[in-house]
Amino acid sequence: MNLIEVKNLRKDYATHKAVDDISFVIPRGSIFGLLGPNGAGKTTLLRMITGIFYPDHGQILFNDRPFDPERDIQSIGYMPEERGLYKKMKVGEQTLYLAQLKGMREKEAKEKIKYWFDKLDINTWYNKKVEELSKGMQQKVQFISTIIHNPSLLILDEPFSGLDPINANLIKQEIFDLSKSGTTIIFSTHRMEQVEEICDRIILVNKGKKILDGEVKQIKHDFKQDLFRIGVGTMPNFAQMATWHFSIIKQEDHAYTVKLSEGSTTNDILMHFIKHDIPITYFQEILPSINEVFINKVQEMEQPLN
Amino acid sequence: MNKILLIIKREFLTRVRKRSFLVVTLLIPVFFAGLLIIPILIATSGSEDKRIAVVDDSHLFLGRFPDSKGTYYKYLTNIKIDTFKYEQYGYSGLLYIPELDLKRPSGITYYSSGQPGIGVESNITKHVNDIIEEKRLENAGIDREKLAAAKSDITIDFKSGADGKKGNSAVAYGVGYASGFIIYIILMFFGMAVMRGVMEEKVSRIAEVMISSVKPFQLMMGKIIGIAGVGLLQFLIWVVLIFSLQLILPLFFSAETLHAVSEGGGVMQSGGNAAAIDAIEKVRYVIGSINWTLIISCFIFYFLGGYLFYSALFAAVGSLVNEDPTDVQSLTFPITLPIIIGLMIMISTVQNPDSQLAFWGSIIPFTSPMVMMARLPYGVPGTVPYWHLALSMVLLVVGFLGMTWMAGKIYRTGILMYGKKITWKEAIKWIGKKY
Repeated sequence: MNLIEVKNLRKDYATHKAVDDISFVIPRGSIFGLLGPNGAGKTTLLRMITGIFYPDHGQILFNDRPFDPERDIQSIGYMPEERGLYKKMKVGEQTLYLAQLKGMREKEAKEKIKYWFDKLDINTWYNKKVEELSKGMQQKVQFISTIIHNPSLLILDEPFSGLDPINANLIKQEIFDLSKSGTTIIFSTHRMEQVEEICDRIILVNKGKKILDGEVKQIKHDFKQDLFRIGVGTMPNFAQMATWHFSIIKQEDHAYTVKLSEGSTTNDILMHFIKHDIPITYFQEILPSINEVFINKVQEMEQPLN
Repeated sequence: MNKILLIIKREFLTRVRKRSFLVVTLLIPVFFAGLLIIPILIATSGSEDKRIAVVDDSHLFLGRFPDSKGTYYKYLTNIKIDTFKYEQYGYSGLLYIPELDLKRPSGITYYSSGQPGIGVESNITKHVNDIIEEKRLENAGIDREKLAAAKSDITIDFKSGADGKKGNSAVAYGVGYASGFIIYIILMFFGMAVMRGVMEEKVSRIAEVMISSVKPFQLMMGKIIGIAGVGLLQFLIWVVLIFSLQLILPLFFSAETLHAVSEGGGVMQSGGNAAAIDAIEKVRYVIGSINWTLIISCFIFYFLGGYLFYSALFAAVGSLVNEDPTDVQSLTFPITLPIIIGLMIMISTVQNPDSQLAFWGSIIPFTSPMVMMARLPYGVPGTVPYWHLALSMVLLVVGFLGMTWMAGKIYRTGILMYGKKITWKEAIKWIGKKY
């Protein structure tokens, strides 16, 4: 059940390949992270999915049919990275205008606007001009006008940039709520730490190429390096820690980070501590952060060149 | 289709609702009315009564200066003008006429502390000359009435074209120049308005938000048509205002004053009615010498055609500009240049509507809206054969379609380009690009 299937997508600019043979799927209802450093080709990819650009090569399936911007654009809400509002227009009029451009009828749009303005507590701004609002407030209005027509696909490009932590949390909560009610969300960012928190699945791109994609849990699992952290009640002496089951990576106050040797199991580690009568306070697997995975992969890609 | 209507509506309403729209729309007719009224005010200035002392040593002028509204003549005798302080007696000026040799009159002087004003100057000059003329006629034994009867003041009908339609070069010149110039102003003014609108969308970063709902071409055309609507509404208001001002104007000034001004400050002679009838005749003749239906419908065609032709280009320029306002000048130059060239050709065309330059200028869409309007009042199908007009119109429509298509391509790419200085050279490459 995929909402979007991207097959061998390619887009060339005069100077470089912006998107170079990228394929991936986005399951319906998932929160999908599109990650990569600045200039990786994320925005170009999104512009193809929103019908702003046509791919040079490849295909996009939307709802199992070839993507038709004319028809499918109504089901997409896109908040681009370079976003803004008409500064001289009143907040309410502006939201209504953008909703109508998404094909909503005036009455329906007004009801929806009221609902969302109440929900995000900005009802008093209805007749204010956009330029009178603070940047954070404008972002709220921008968010509402992106989701007002109840899109089945919501695309957010760096949605938290320029938001203070309180508003960022508020928007994050709305994203989760929308996801629960069945909206598929593409979340594009270069801030890796946000992704782990929010996304179910991700794709990593760099220099127009796909580096990897899949479920966040699976990726972390695939890239784990058999590292474990053990908390201890009393620090053992050096001789007690000698074993071939693991090697010590790092020693901290009342804790060790160890790497499991090949052929050994986690129980071998625990047995070692128990045998030496070292009290264990906790035992935890260390999974790589997406950031680490990304940096590893990028370096791996660039290695052959050096 | 519905979307483009929404865009047109927004572009139209946001501009019409602005306070500046009201101000500009109302101030421009006031400005033009001012152009009409101020000369009249200047000519009839000195609303307080003027008393003029006349010292006449020639004894030819006694009682001959007619008092008119606000100007009174007082004839003084036994006055030494060197020592006479006319201001102290409440005179605003002193007219001294020495003894005159009628063959070679000289030495007539008007003394005043300030500038006497055009009205007074021309009045005195006219009367002095009239009276001397009369004296000379008398001395030569010529009967004044016979002379007046012998005077000739004929208007010649210059007919042109096969059907012998009336024509008048001066009228054609005036109408051609005015309509050509108005089109020039429209192209510049509303073209710039389109450009600023596009720049606003780009700078405020709403362009991409919009493009995710509508096609770039819809966004561009919606803006262009919306602004055209603003222009048409503004013209409508102006026409109504100017028309009603013309009706109101005579209420402020007596017919006499208006006529005096039009006669160059002279005061109406006896037989003023005949002069008025003559003037009305002339106006009728002038109006009759122009095919107004043709001129007005062609004006609307070339106004819209020229605007549409250029506004797409202005939109493209707007899409190329990044925050830096100095870009605007260098980017608009290639567009304003042909418009200014068109104005130049138009100015030469009204003097010489049959020249090669006038022909080509009125055919090529870059200049045709201005140049053709300068040629048309000289007569269709006389000066401008039907095929000239047809070719010019077809080329303008084709040019507009082609220009919009090309500009649309530039616009589409430009509007999504941020933080990079774009040159025309790059932009032209985008025309051949696919998306």
